[in-house]
Amino acid sequence: MKEKLEQIRQEALKRIRESNSPDKLNEIRVAYLGKKGELTAVLKSMKEVSEAERPKFGQMVNETRAAIEELLKQAGTALETAAMNERLKHEVIDVTLPAKRPVPGHKHPNTIALEEVERIFIGLGYEVVSGPEIEEDYYNFEALNIPADHPAKDEQDTFYISGDFLLRTQTSSVQIREMQKGKLPIRMIAPGRVFRSDEVDATHSPCFHQIEGLVVDKKVTFADLKGTLDVFAKELFGENTKTKFRPHHFPFTEPSAEMDVSCFKCGGSGCRFCKGSGWIEILGCGMVHPRVLTMRGIDPEEYVGFAFGVGLERIALLKYEIDDMRLMYENDQRFLDQF
Amino acid sequence: MNSALSWIKAYVPGLECGDQEYFDRMTLSGTKVEGFKRLDKNLEKIVVGKVLSIEKHPDADKLIVCQVDVGSEQLQIVTGAPNVTVGALVPVVLDGGKVVGGHDGGPLPEDGIEIKAGKLRGVESFGMMCSIEELGSDKNFYPDAPENGIYIFKGDLKPGDDAIEALGLHDTVFEYEITSNRVDCYSILGIAREAAATFGLPFAAPENDCAGNDEKASDYISVEVKDTDLCTRYCARVVKDIKIGPSPEWMQRRLAASGIRPINNLVDITNYVMEEYGQPMHAFDLDTIAGRKIIVQRAKDGDVFRTLDGQDRNMDGEVLMICDSEKQIGIAGIMGGENSMITDSVNTVVFESACFNGPNIRKSAKRIGLRTDASGKFEKGLDPANALEAINRACHLIEELGCGTVVGGVVDVCEPLKEEVVLPFMPEKYNTLLGTDVSKEDMLKYFEKLEIRYDSADNSLHIPSFRQDLLGQADIAEEVARFYGYDNIPVTLPSGEGMEGGLSYHMRVEEKLRIAAEYCGFSQGMFYSFESPRVFDKLMLDADDPLRSAITISNPLGEDFSIMRTLSLNGMLTSLSVNFNRRNKNVKLYEMGNVYIPEKLPLEKLPDERMTLTLGFYGEGDFYSLKGAIETMFEAVGMWERAEYVPGDSYKFLHPGRQAKVIYKDQCVGYLGEVHPLVAANYSIKTRVYVAVLDIPAMLPFTGFERRYAGIAKYPAVTRDISMVAPADVLAGDIEKMIRQRGGKILESVKLFDIYEGDQIKEGFKSIAYALAFRDISKTLSDDEVNSAMKKILNGLESMGIELRS
Repeated sequence: MKEKLEQIRQEALKRIRESNSPDKLNEIRVAYLGKKGELTAVLKSMKEVSEAERPKFGQMVNETRAAIEELLKQAGTALETAAMNERLKHEVIDVTLPAKRPVPGHKHPNTIALEEVERIFIGLGYEVVSGPEIEEDYYNFEALNIPADHPAKDEQDTFYISGDFLLRTQTSSVQIREMQKGKLPIRMIAPGRVFRSDEVDATHSPCFHQIEGLVVDKKVTFADLKGTLDVFAKELFGENTKTKFRPHHFPFTEPSAEMDVSCFKCGGSGCRFCKGSGWIEILGCGMVHPRVLTMRGIDPEEYVGFAFGVGLERIALLKYEIDDMRLMYENDQRFLDQF
Repeated sequence: MNSALSWIKAYVPGLECGDQEYFDRMTLSGTKVEGFKRLDKNLEKIVVGKVLSIEKHPDADKLIVCQVDVGSEQLQIVTGAPNVTVGALVPVVLDGGKVVGGHDGGPLPEDGIEIKAGKLRGVESFGMMCSIEELGSDKNFYPDAPENGIYIFKGDLKPGDDAIEALGLHDTVFEYEITSNRVDCYSILGIAREAAATFGLPFAAPENDCAGNDEKASDYISVEVKDTDLCTRYCARVVKDIKIGPSPEWMQRRLAASGIRPINNLVDITNYVMEEYGQPMHAFDLDTIAGRKIIVQRAKDGDVFRTLDGQDRNMDGEVLMICDSEKQIGIAGIMGGENSMITDSVNTVVFESACFNGPNIRKSAKRIGLRTDASGKFEKGLDPANALEAINRACHLIEELGCGTVVGGVVDVCEPLKEEVVLPFMPEKYNTLLGTDVSKEDMLKYFEKLEIRYDSADNSLHIPSFRQDLLGQADIAEEVARFYGYDNIPVTLPSGEGMEGGLSYHMRVEEKLRIAAEYCGFSQGMFYSFESPRVFDKLMLDADDPLRSAITISNPLGEDFSIMRTLSLNGMLTSLSVNFNRRNKNVKLYEMGNVYIPEKLPLEKLPDERMTLTLGFYGEGDFYSLKGAIETMFEAVGMWERAEYVPGDSYKFLHPGRQAKVIYKDQCVGYLGEVHPLVAANYSIKTRVYVAVLDIPAMLPFTGFERRYAGIAKYPAVTRDISMVAPADVLAGDIEKMIRQRGGKILESVKLFDIYEGDQIKEGFKSIAYALAFRDISKTLSDDEVNSAMKKILNGLESMGIELRS
């Protein structure tokens, strides 16, 4: 009987090996394990076996059955794998064909630059605020220590409206509006649009953007101003950026400075970007003039502050190597698509 | 301001530095140098030569052959110049040397022109004799140069001498950007003082003592200042026996380097002193001054005055005039009159050195339309103390140059000089402000160099009168910082309490809207805030449209930039037009910018600046894709409710049948539509254009960043389709509204899936089909419930004249 079972197993194995489709395997399953299958027949002949040998016999049949089932399963898996591999072989695609992309729009380069600047200062705890573009003379000039006859008023080529109204020439007016709120200390930046009567050309626009910064607190120093703007420059233009502060004059800061950064194109060795000097002028800054604080009712003996103003277009043009300011207001899709 | 370094060095005797070093150190101490130019650039191997003999060229009528002694040797040089004579001393560029340009004064090549030995019409020539143009200058700055020909030296030179040296061209001209607070630095002396302080060297002021003869100036001239508010000082000195002639070379060279043409000794001295002291001066011919009296007073409205350039100028009551006892003889601080100008026959001169009110001069010059070098100096507000120093310097030079006899004494009419500014010396305060630790001694050293006198008796700082910018402790702190070195100040961060930064709320909303617009395929444009008043016609606004009430700029760059925009479409359509004309396909732009709505004109208070989001496109897409973009943006800022779109024809610039107001919770927050073809044509866009305009301030109250999870439905939805034939003019929005209204709470969604007009549908009707989904979040809906809801819906629709199809 044992031999018979072994023979069945071998036969089944042979047939399984020869089969090449799930259907064949199923036929084999029926032929051996089905109700009328060979193994079932063997089991039915159990009654011919002696009582004592029956358990052993039953066990042998079951083992054979299990062995055949296992073989069928393995063969089935192998067939499936082969079939899948065959299918995958026919599904090869050319991965170098063009991509299918969603077509979102693009940010204006000014906005990209502004968001960079905002990110840096928000990280340093600055609030981003705004003020009106049409301003009163007082906020744009007088409160910034630029009285009526001050030559700086002429320097700034102001667009006037009527009476005391004008188009702000600088976001510095927002400094005054922020101090007027009466909440101290202050850490703010104020991005916004400003206007000066410059004819349109490659480097001028009568309408452009600035970002004003103001800190008013009890122990603020010129060294803090340097440190803050140094962080700003490194974040914006890269870790190896160096800064240089030169004395300058603004009516609403004292001492005042202009900040240059080492040219981020050539690293300071001199190129066409920095006109050979290795440095690029970036912004004006200084300690808030005591008179500006006094006019706002802030005691300059108790509070000090620093302020700075950056031209947004200046940064965007430099950073993204845009060689003509006019592109910024023309809105050619091919220009915008590059940002 | 431009000036020669040699002039600065004259008053800072120890100053020996290269051009670049000077540039760097002056800039870092606060005298910003814009750039510099070496005057001997591209002038190489040029010496003084003496013409020994001249022969005719054998083969050319216009050429001559000269033998020239150049010191080391004798050279044969062929030239075409007509003015060379035997014995003349001329500049000769040797073989391999360089000159700046050609003799025709054409454009100058970057690297100059190299001169090589060669043959001219067969005769060898070993160098070139130079004209002043070839040396990079012209007759304006070398008045003794011939009109056409070789420059001929006068004076004591010998063959082989450095010709460039002899021409005063081994020098560098620096261009300074002087800040408006440093009035004193609009002068050679001011810059020299800064240079001395910067380099730690002594400053040596030029000599300006001049007692004059035994006579008294006051016997020649008297001065009366009537309008003392506009003239705080008027100094006059008299010079007689004037001998007009050329000024010396050194003076001419310094003036030329500053861009001033040498004229004659008298003019040159006034210009020289103006540059040196920053004090403009004027010279009158005494014989033309009626009554020998100068009166300083305002003009009268309507006065006409002829200035020395022969032009008649209109005066008004705010222009300050210099008059004699009968007439006006000069516009104070701006230009003298033709009637008192110096001529070659002048015998006695009255020098004027005065201090006029800066703002008045500036405004007068602007009104008259005559801005001169003098007015440019006066308008900055000069130091009255300097007026006397300068006039004495001028008289000193008159004597030194021997161009006249200076009469003794000065007629000096002077308001009380401003009191000396005295400030307590507060070293800790400066260090606290700067974040430095500069010693008291170092500070005092800086002050000494700046001529700020320290009085240890009362620990005070005494500010010199020329430093009108030093008024408070912060100004002193800046002086400390400048000479301690901005570079040496430490780099720290503010130590105060930490603060929470971030965008303000409306900025966050705007940011989300921008991101959503970009997600929908729109790129951000930026438009000008001002435009032409003609855009209202271009946009076909009604004549009485309130949007035509725009704020006008009183001094615009031109009509095209003269009003503040009241609507944003012109910028959008202009940019789309630019793109269309450049054949860009599928252009989609958005803009986030203000429009300016005045409450009243002329303005009485600040206008309403309304942040406006404008979308515009042509190419792929239609009205409904634009509507989709609006809904996407609304969701981005938490406006989850359904907006309503109300058709109409009130926007004249839009297609009358393809426009809608966007209503959110009964509030109009914007509009959208197809641009009217006539308007599109006005912008030369020959395709359909769509725009949407959203008014951010109107939207803001509905926005929010709160989110709440409402659960995911556990019970199945029941779906029903309805198909209907509706009159063509019934709006889908109204049908939907009815369905929603009647469907009740269990109606979850209404989706239009088919709309059809045409064959098989009777005329004037359209076929519409919706898929409805019903769901109860708490239980499975029964058929009865759905049927009942459907019945209400169908009844409602029937009441609108809609036929249902099975």
